[in-house]
Amino acid sequence: MPAIKLRVNGREAAAEVDERTLLSTFLREQLDLTGTHVGCDTSQCGACTVDIDGITAKSCAMFAWQADGAAITTIEGLADGDKLHPMQAAFREHHGLQCGFCTPGMVMTAVDFAKRNPDPSDDEIRHALEGNICRCTGYHFIVDAIRTGAKAMRG
Amino acid sequence: MYPFDVKIPTDLAAARKAFEDADDGLFLAGGQTLIPVMKQRLAMPGTVIALERISDLAGIKAGGSEITIGAMTRHAAVAADPDIAKAIPALAKLAGGIGDPQVRNRGTIGGSLANNDPAADYPAAALGLGATIITDKREIAVDQFFKGMFETALDAGEIITAVRFPMPECAAYVKLQHPATRFAMVGVMVAKVGSTVRVAVTGAAPSVFRATEMEAALTLKFEPNALDGITIAADGLNNDIHASREYRAHLIGVLARRAAQEAIS
Ligand SMILES: Cc1cc2nc3c(=O)[nH]c(=O)nc-3n(C[C@H](O)[C@H](O)[C@H](O)COP(=O)(O)OP(=O)(O)OC[C@H]3O[C@@H](n4cnc5c(N)ncnc54)[C@H](O)[C@@H]3O)c2cc1C
Ligand code: FES
Ligand code: FES
Repeated sequence: MPAIKLRVNGREAAAEVDERTLLSTFLREQLDLTGTHVGCDTSQCGACTVDIDGITAKSCAMFAWQADGAAITTIEGLADGDKLHPMQAAFREHHGLQCGFCTPGMVMTAVDFAKRNPDPSDDEIRHALEGNICRCTGYHFIVDAIRTGAKAMRG
Repeated sequence: MYPFDVKIPTDLAAARKAFEDADDGLFLAGGQTLIPVMKQRLAMPGTVIALERISDLAGIKAGGSEITIGAMTRHAAVAADPDIAKAIPALAKLAGGIGDPQVRNRGTIGGSLANNDPAADYPAAALGLGATIITDKREIAVDQFFKGMFETALDAGEIITAVRFPMPECAAYVKLQHPATRFAMVGVMVAKVGSTVRVAVTGAAPSVFRATEMEAALTLKFEPNALDGITIAADGLNNDIHASREYRAHLIGVLARRAAQEAIS
C-alpha cells in the first residue's frame, strides 16, 4: 500500500492508502472531512471538487496516492474560525443553495475561478460552472452569489 | 475496481521498465478517462504506471515555425499559453472548450490522443493541423496515427512524449458540443498550413477523419462558399440517441463553413 504525506487545510496528514482509494474517499473516510461530497462518482457533477496546489480537480477522478506531497484545500479549510470565507458568505446572502449537496463543490470552483478572474461577467461565471451540476436551484442565485463573492474577494 | 499495483517513475527509462515488468501495465496521465473506465471495470490493469512525475513530458516549446507540446501538458495550460494563443489561437480555443474547468486542469494532450475517443477534440486539432506525434521510440506523422475507434498506431508500452504542431497560416475549430459532457457531437478543424488545406472531422464517425473533397475545394478558393454543394454521405457515420447520422452529415457541412469563415476573419 502506498504511504502518502500531504497537507490538508494547512495540517500535515500521513497515511497508508490502498492503491484503489480515490482522493474523495480518502478525504471523507480516512480524514473525516465529509464536506467534500460524492454526488455521481463518475466525474460529472463536481460535488467532490477540491483545490490541489492551487488548482481545482474532481477528487473522485484522482487516486489518493496522486496527491502525495500536495497541499489540498477542502471546503472545511475556507472559513477562518467562525468567519466564513467571502464566497461562503455570498452563497448564504444570496441563498445560492437549496439542499446544499452541490454547494461545497460550487464554492470550491467559485473561489478558484474568482482568484483567476476577479471581475467576471455572468457569462464567464456560467462557463466556470460547467463542471458543477446543481439539481435544485436553477443556478441563478449561484451566479448572483459568485458575482458578489468575487467582488468581496477582490476587496 | 480490481486491485492493481502502482509505479510512479520519474524518467522515461523507468516508465518503460515498469511496463516491461508488469503483467498488464497501463499508463495513467490525467486520469480523466482512465479512472472512470477503471471504476466501470472496462479497464483492469495489473499495474498502473503514472506518468505525471516524469518532468520530460511537461512543457510547451515554441520555436521557428513549430510548437511542441509535452504529452503531460494539461488542457488548461494549452488554453492559457501565450505562445499558443499567438501562433495557433484555434488550438488554444479548442483546449479551452474541452469538458469543464476541473477536467481541463487534469486531462492531458497525450492522454487525449492516445485514447482517440471518437468525440474528442484534440484528434481533430492534430489531424487538421498535420501534427507529428513524438513517442519514446519514434515520430509518427498524424496521417498514420489514428487507426479507428479508440485505436492508434501506438505499440503496446509505447509512450507519447510530445506533439509537434506546425504553425498554420490560419486555422479554426468549431464544434457543436454535447450539452452535458461538451464532447463534440461533430467538430471540424479547418487549417491552411503552408499551401496545404486540411479539414479534420471529429465526433461524426468511429474515428477522426479528413474531409478530402472539402480540402480540394478550399485549396482552390479558401472561402466558406467554396464548400457549397459538397455533401457528406451519412453512411457509416455515428448514429445514437444524441444525433442521427443524417444530422451529423449535415452538421459537418455547416460547421466546416463556419470554421472556414472563422479561419479567414
Ligand atoms: C466530464 C468530462 C468531460 C470531458 N469532455 C471532453 C471534451 O469535451 N472533449 C474532449 O476531447 N475530451 C473530453 N473529456 C476527456 C478528457 O479530455 C480526458 O482528459 C482525455 O480524453 C484523456 O486524457 P487524460 O490525460 O485524462 O488520460 P488518461 O485518462 O490518464 O489516459 C487515457 C488513455 O491514454 C493512455 N495514455 C495516456 N497518456 C499516454 C501517453 N503519454 N502515452 C501513451 N499512452 C497514454 C492511458 O494509458 C489510457 O489508456 C472529458 C472527460 C470528462 C471526465
Ligand atoms: S462525485 Fe466527483 S464529479 Fe461527481
Ligand atoms: S442545492 Fe441541491 S444540488 Fe445544488
